[in-house]
Amino acid sequence: MKALVIARLTFREAFQRKLVWGVLVLSVLFAVLYAYGFHLLVNQWHEIQTRRTANGNNGILTYDVLASNMVMLGLYTVNFLAGIMTIFAAVGSIAGEIDSGTLHAIVPKPLGRWEIVLGKYLGFASMIVIYIVAMVFSVVLSARLVGSYMPPSVVKGTLLIVLVSMILLSLTIFGTTIFSTMANGVVVFMLYGMAMTGGLVEQIGTLLNNNTMINIGVVSSILVPSDSMWRLASYLVQPHLAVSFTGPNPLGTTVPPSMTAVEYSVAYCVILLLGAMLVFRYRDL
Amino acid sequence: MLPVAAPAAETTTAAVETFGLRKVYGDRVVVQDLTLRVGAGEIFGFLGPNGAGKTTSVKMLMGLARPSAGSARLLGRPLGDRQARQQIGFLPEMFRFHDWLTGEQLLDFHGRLYGMSRAERRRRIPEVLQLVGLPHSGGQRVRTYSKGMQQRIGLAQALINNPRLVFLDEPTSALDPLGRRDVRAIIARLRDEGVTVFLNSHLLSEVESVSDRVAIITHGRVAAIGPMAELLRRELTVELRLGAAEPDDLAELGKLVTVEHVDGARQPTVVARVPDDETIARAVDLLVRRGVPVYGVTPEHRTLEEFFVDVVGTEGTESR
Repeated sequence: MKALVIARLTFREAFQRKLVWGVLVLSVLFAVLYAYGFHLLVNQWHEIQTRRTANGNNGILTYDVLASNMVMLGLYTVNFLAGIMTIFAAVGSIAGEIDSGTLHAIVPKPLGRWEIVLGKYLGFASMIVIYIVAMVFSVVLSARLVGSYMPPSVVKGTLLIVLVSMILLSLTIFGTTIFSTMANGVVVFMLYGMAMTGGLVEQIGTLLNNNTMINIGVVSSILVPSDSMWRLASYLVQPHLAVSFTGPNPLGTTVPPSMTAVEYSVAYCVILLLGAMLVFRYRDL
Repeated sequence: MLPVAAPAAETTTAAVETFGLRKVYGDRVVVQDLTLRVGAGEIFGFLGPNGAGKTTSVKMLMGLARPSAGSARLLGRPLGDRQARQQIGFLPEMFRFHDWLTGEQLLDFHGRLYGMSRAERRRRIPEVLQLVGLPHSGGQRVRTYSKGMQQRIGLAQALINNPRLVFLDEPTSALDPLGRRDVRAIIARLRDEGVTVFLNSHLLSEVESVSDRVAIITHGRVAAIGPMAELLRRELTVELRLGAAEPDDLAELGKLVTVEHVDGARQPTVVARVPDDETIARAVDLLVRRGVPVYGVTPEHRTLEEFFVDVVGTEGTESR
């Protein structure tokens, strides 16, 4: 299949970008600091324990809650970096190549235009999946080895973080068949920001029991379901105790999105990808 | 053979056929009505002033832009047909490649897009690199190539699949005179191999030296089309150096050819337009029979440039 030829080139091309290398270097730095951070947390916990024993006070805060929060912070960073990398890597992948003329020698070749779009999608997707799996692995490894803590549902959580990036990738690829690189960057980042803000408003709404605010969150997660999928991921990778202890918060949720929301998100990706193929099919280069 | 096979056989002899191809962007008509036919194995020169719609025409044929109206067939198949595209090579005017690849990797990528097997690619890549004059640069990144080398690798990319039909859009724009000569040699070689070449170029001398047939388009339509020799022969100028010609002799000569001007009275030099070579022979015969000494006969074929200027006039200089 010719789409795989495009995918292979796209994958290799991503590593030609300084930005991707920048994210990779930062990620390694993050992984090291994160392990060190977990080490500090463990030390801190031991101090708290010693003090508590001295005071004869058995607080309700347990180590699992702290460790779980730490894992959540780590995974959120992974989720965020993967999202940023996705958008930056794919932002001009069609529009930029129309402008530069690179596509002029590819489109006349014996392959469908949809294969070009699909190939690019697969190329970026495989890069991001590898990235996310490696990063989640490093976070969980730190928790395990340094913090002696194993979060639940790591596989499901990872899949959901991948889904978050796929949502952003679909949006970015769809956008780049219509908008210029710059305009697409602005639009996608605005939507990404909107989704995050919407999720935050929903959490505050839950805290204040304000239906309007909750509805804002719901609408934003219909428009761009990236944030709600992250929140579902964060819900799953924490023990129930940690979820109820932490309560509604900027990075998580106490009310997990349903399975329907996950199905909706997958359909959202597929429809945007098909939409991108359709738009590109009829576009004059 | 079944009788229905006859028309099919005829269409296969045409490499490119367009029927009223039209492209409108908004309310701007870029290509009005492009109707032409390029026979298999021909080197076809596609000419026209800037803004005449040449590149847009090529884009429509290459599936980069959708025709607003009309249709076309490449290698006897409708536009967009994959089987046809398999056998077509294209060097775009605005060529830019993945310049982080080496020349070989770039050709390998394009070979894969044609579905060539690993063995085929391995055999063909050094071959085309040699053909375009880059036998030792295949291992370097395209980024480090000069402009001329990039155009050569672009040409190699267009030939990687051993195409039956090649579209070259301004293939020598970045080349020096030697590079241009190389490209002419490559085109001549393609002709020998029976490949059809659709050459879009504004370099008239280049088109003139390689093309079998040309079309000149202005305002998005074909203004003139035909075999090069025929177009240029249509009007031929001849210069006759004569000795002691009487006015009567010149008057008789004037019945045969169109005398443009006569220099000198005793031994006149006559410049005349003639329809073909045959008429020159008859004119010389006439003069000799009348006893006029003919010291010299110099036929002057028109250059493509002169013909082009006649067809396009000065309108082409106004950019639209």
